Amino acid sequence: MPDKKVTGLHELYAQDPVEADKQLWGRTSDPVTRRGFLQKSALTALSMALGSQMVFAEHFPAGMIPAGLANSDLPFSLPGKRAGLVVLNDKPINAETPPHLLDDELTPNDLFFVRNNGIPPQDIDVSSWTLTIEGESAQQKKTYSLAELKSTFENVTYNLTLECGGNGRSEFNPPAKGNQWSTGAVGCAAWTGVRLRDVLQDAGVKSDAVYVAYYGKDTHLSGEADKVVISRGVPIKKAMEEESLIAWAMNGQDIPLLNGYPLRLVFGGFPASCSGKWLSKIVIRDRVHDGPKMTGQSYRVPCKPVAPGTKVPDDEMCIIEKMPVKSLITYPKTGAMIKRAARLPIRGKAWTSAARIKTVEYSIDFGSSWNPCNVKVPTNRYGWQGFFASVSFPKTGYYEVWVRATDIKGNAQPMLLPGWNPRGYLNNACHRIAVKVS
Amino acid sequence: MSVRPNLLGALLAILNLALIIFVGAFLYLLFGDNLVETYRNQPVPMDQATYRSAGGRNSVDAEEEIVNGIHVQSGLIYAEGFDIVRGNCTACHSAKLVTQNRATREGWTDMIRWMQAKQGLWDLGKNESVILDYLATNYAPEDIGRRANINVEEIEWYLLDLEE
Repeated sequence: MPDKKVTGLHELYAQDPVEADKQLWGRTSDPVTRRGFLQKSALTALSMALGSQMVFAEHFPAGMIPAGLANSDLPFSLPGKRAGLVVLNDKPINAETPPHLLDDELTPNDLFFVRNNGIPPQDIDVSSWTLTIEGESAQQKKTYSLAELKSTFENVTYNLTLECGGNGRSEFNPPAKGNQWSTGAVGCAAWTGVRLRDVLQDAGVKSDAVYVAYYGKDTHLSGEADKVVISRGVPIKKAMEEESLIAWAMNGQDIPLLNGYPLRLVFGGFPASCSGKWLSKIVIRDRVHDGPKMTGQSYRVPCKPVAPGTKVPDDEMCIIEKMPVKSLITYPKTGAMIKRAARLPIRGKAWTSAARIKTVEYSIDFGSSWNPCNVKVPTNRYGWQGFFASVSFPKTGYYEVWVRATDIKGNAQPMLLPGWNPRGYLNNACHRIAVKVS
Repeated sequence: MSVRPNLLGALLAILNLALIIFVGAFLYLLFGDNLVETYRNQPVPMDQATYRSAGGRNSVDAEEEIVNGIHVQSGLIYAEGFDIVRGNCTACHSAKLVTQNRATREGWTDMIRWMQAKQGLWDLGKNESVILDYLATNYAPEDIGRRANINVEEIEWYLLDLEE
């Protein structure tokens, strides 16, 4: 790629990221027929800007990013996503949001992390998209079009936090296999859709129902057409919660393709892998669901605590249900150098699977003393809560600001890594930033 | 002198030549691969510290470019076994799934078994030990304790102007 063009792209982006996004990705087209960034016009515009039409035209529709591009520091190496996301994996696409880009009250769609197991479906036709309810504990098999879902059931919006069960995996020792998430496999958006329970009850739920699970339209990396990528679910009790959604909108817009367009499940407080994307089928099971990534060691932790590095047999691994209390400092970005006389404002987000966050505290002396932050009231359960404080430093030097959240049940974040587990799930250790005072 | 001995000599020469060519071809078919392998440039293994700082953030056109011991396009360390690892692993998934992970030989073996059981990975045959050698050597775990220090070297320090 000629350097000149790339710089131009950077400049365009630096001037006005939102506008650049619009121009290059064509994200403002017809809401009904649009296929988001897959649109040809958007592709052409981007290819022209890159000055390398062939590379992109060939690889883009396949849902893969050429490694040369994914590894470069080009802005938006991911379709529909803003510059600054850290790409951990480009086949399947996995990208996380650095903490300082999670400062918005709700995470913008183009900053929301991506955790894909397979390849997103292509050529999505919203008008023919359907959702089928079936399974041993369904009273009947019933299929709904998107339009029927929207018109038959009450439309609701909730702020719901989604966090990957493996968020924070990179810190575990001995290391766990999988995508090495640091802190950014989390986001909170306003999700609009219908309540899962309304749809389940419309189809009819037998009294022996145990689990509710999903199937989506993504395809397996191996290319085998019939191989299911991932099919997970939640206990019937969770499915019946007021905030458990079948959603088609995120922050008032279509859900980005990489996040499940046009339809997905959203369960706050559970590992995000339960919230199936490109949703086409829901099964009501009379047993614990046994789809891919539901069994074995996937999304499971030892039923009883184990020493670091222990091999745990499958039958001693238990399914993760609740995500732990956690928080992030979203302002300032780590590495701030400030003057001694100034007070440093800090901001962040805290979330839990319990009813709400009770307190958030900060420490500048590695936990010897803690000071309270102001915590905002949540709009609803499972939505993250903003917090803020003003920090002063006793003398010049190197500091770390650590933050610790405690939820209404009294669960608090550890400063060290929590219990080691073979797959590296549920790391909710305190987040910290580095600050120099001169 | 008649023409005969000359003709015989020429005939013998042709036969000899044919024999030499035949034997040469035979030997090449037998040992050629090993011979070529001997003269090929061998990848030079490198130490961990060097590749960590290299990072794999470069954007390059050439598919086969090696910078600081890293195969730029894939981000994989260019060392013994590289070709076989790239051929088998990146057929299905990104090389980033290799480069971001660390494990012992046993740990890497477990991952291969899991991919074979769940993800449709084929029997790797005699390549398996080459792949495991490569992974266990180049992507071995480090002991980072119960909580690593903030990596101060990696932080981009910036001036934050605040009202006093």
